[in-house]
Amino acid sequence: MSPVGTPSAESRTHAAEIDDRGTGPAAILDVHDLTVAYQDRPVLWDFDLVVERPSLVGIVGPNGAGKSTMVKACLGLVPRASGEVTFFGRPLAKMRRRVGYVPQRESVDWDFPVTAFDTVLMGTYGELGWFRRPGRPQRERARECLDRVGMSEFASRQIGQLSGGQQQRVFLARALAQQADLYFMDEPMAGVDAATEQVVFDLLRSLRDEGRTVLVVHHDLRTVPDYFDDVVLLNTRLVASGPVGTTFTAENLRRAYGGRLDLLEIAADAVEAGERSR
Amino acid sequence: MSLGLELALRAVVIGAVSGVSCAILGCFLVLRRVSLLGDGISHGVLPGLVIGFLLGGKTNPVPLFVGAVTFGVLTAWLTQAVSSRGRMSEDAGLGIVFTALFAVGVLLISRLLRRVHFDADCVLYGSLGVTLDDTWPLLGLEVPRVLFTLVPTLLLVLLFVTLLWKELQLSSFDPALAEATGVSSTLMHYLLAAMVSWVTVASFEAVGSILVIALLIVPAATAQLLTERLRSMLLVSAVVAVVGAVVGVSWGRWLDVDYAGSVTVTLGGLFAVAVFTAPRHGVFSRLWSNFALSLRIASEDVLATLYRREERSGGTATWSYEECERVAGEGIVGRLAMHRCITQALVHRHPDGAIGLTDAGRDLGRSLVRSHRLWESYLDEHFELPPDHLHEPAERIEHYIGPELRERLAGELVRETDPHGRRIPDGEGDSEAEGDPEAKAERPSE
Repeated sequence: MSPVGTPSAESRTHAAEIDDRGTGPAAILDVHDLTVAYQDRPVLWDFDLVVERPSLVGIVGPNGAGKSTMVKACLGLVPRASGEVTFFGRPLAKMRRRVGYVPQRESVDWDFPVTAFDTVLMGTYGELGWFRRPGRPQRERARECLDRVGMSEFASRQIGQLSGGQQQRVFLARALAQQADLYFMDEPMAGVDAATEQVVFDLLRSLRDEGRTVLVVHHDLRTVPDYFDDVVLLNTRLVASGPVGTTFTAENLRRAYGGRLDLLEIAADAVEAGERSR
Repeated sequence: MSLGLELALRAVVIGAVSGVSCAILGCFLVLRRVSLLGDGISHGVLPGLVIGFLLGGKTNPVPLFVGAVTFGVLTAWLTQAVSSRGRMSEDAGLGIVFTALFAVGVLLISRLLRRVHFDADCVLYGSLGVTLDDTWPLLGLEVPRVLFTLVPTLLLVLLFVTLLWKELQLSSFDPALAEATGVSSTLMHYLLAAMVSWVTVASFEAVGSILVIALLIVPAATAQLLTERLRSMLLVSAVVAVVGAVVGVSWGRWLDVDYAGSVTVTLGGLFAVAVFTAPRHGVFSRLWSNFALSLRIASEDVLATLYRREERSGGTATWSYEECERVAGEGIVGRLAMHRCITQALVHRHPDGAIGLTDAGRDLGRSLVRSHRLWESYLDEHFELPPDHLHEPAERIEHYIGPELRERLAGELVRETDPHGRRIPDGEGDSEAEGDPEAKAERPSE
């Protein structure tokens, strides 16, 4: 069975049983029948995904396909209309420390008065819990993580004075400082220079080699086969998921990018309006 | 000490203590881009104040604070609810909510407190100066009564930001990551709203509502212009609030005007000073860096022109000072550019007054001409432009091309002459150009 895929009904039950008895490893990520709505309007329908072994997973699909929405819904940042998501067999609330997140670069105010180092240090906040301040181990780790993305010399620079690529590296260093086992990254390679893209990719690969899993929302279809082990094709619903070799096919791409399903649109309009469609 | 001076001192202390509390919380309001929430809360708490007054009377402040904090948080919550349900921007939601709550407060006063003495003026439109005579003795000093609320309030604010430092920082900077790591940024929002309600109510009577709003926003906005770290932003905002109180009360006393007014105006003045003098984004620093840039371009034009002249003559060449200045541009910039070339020993003046390049100047001139011709060649190769479209952009861009880009351009091109047939000088002068700290500093970092 492929490491990423839509499980059959039996394998799901089976996995659940193993998990309940605590005798076997649960899936790294298990998304079951996830539907998300903004202001009542469904934007992601009945999405399933299971990741069972450490891998680099590319999430691709056209604009408005619900890629970021899917990530945010998994992390509880937008409410789910239905469905459930488990991490290592348990809900997010119990697994937060093992799950890392890199938001889109545009999602924060880069004029905020923090330095690159301060930003990376934020990655360690999750393990500290309320009230506790980061201490020497956290500071040392933040420094190491900055070093790993080649940004040591910019540690005390205010983040707004970094180039786009450097800002993205800082975000990655912050993710490294989280020391998570599963990462969600929302377009970490958007608008960065070639050098940074290479740094990002090398990092992703070394994370995978350390036994971690990274789900990456990705825009550039050309690089998918080079960068990722598995791919999820998405267009307001799951189109296909699995190893790049067998899943990233012209047929599946055509299905993902060949326009949305009109009937889904009509149904979404109806749900939003709260009326029966024509 | 004269009574007048003592009253002024009391006003300074009151203004400073309430100013620091407001400024510190204000930093988070400004950073979260909800500055006007302070304004909204300061009005929205009125029904809470009235109810608190009805329950506790004038002597017991506890119901007053409980009521105010409740309605302050309610203001923040209703604002969210109205703007998301009504699908409008948050400022519109805030405008609807706080005016409505304030009006409810006014109705309550006119209906329930008509016969009771509820000093709305005192609670809402208190004024720095009015409360100065109302003192309680402490350790032999006559301490203004309001300080007995303001000082504990300041301590509470300090405790709040110390304990929740990283939660406030993370949820203000990156709410999504905060949520993902288990710090609810919504919860932080309401905690902040509760603190702001508390501080505004504590400060109303002492300094008046306009000054409270000014103290919440202006020192924080000023500090944001001047600082690059959260800690220093909080410190500077506190300093601005204190300076505002000292300076404002001083000239307010001198002109015999209302202190709340003079402190508010002073804060506005301090902000204006910061706008002009801020180190990176300030008006002065922008003007200065523009000026420094045009100076550099003008003097580089002189060097490049002299280099081309040497190139044509096949040896050293000189020029009259006036000609050089014409190349550098008319007026003060041209004269200063020539002065810069001479003091930095890029050109030297011969005994007869003519100007020639020094070795350092020749190296810089060569790398400029090299950049210029490389750029022309690059454009020629990739843009299919007519030849007369090449010189102008190269003339501008040559001043911005650093050693690394220059060599990358050279690496991409396999030619020895530019599109006009002139030889591209080789890159031997680049080691010096790289060492020129000024030229480096003025280039964008990446």
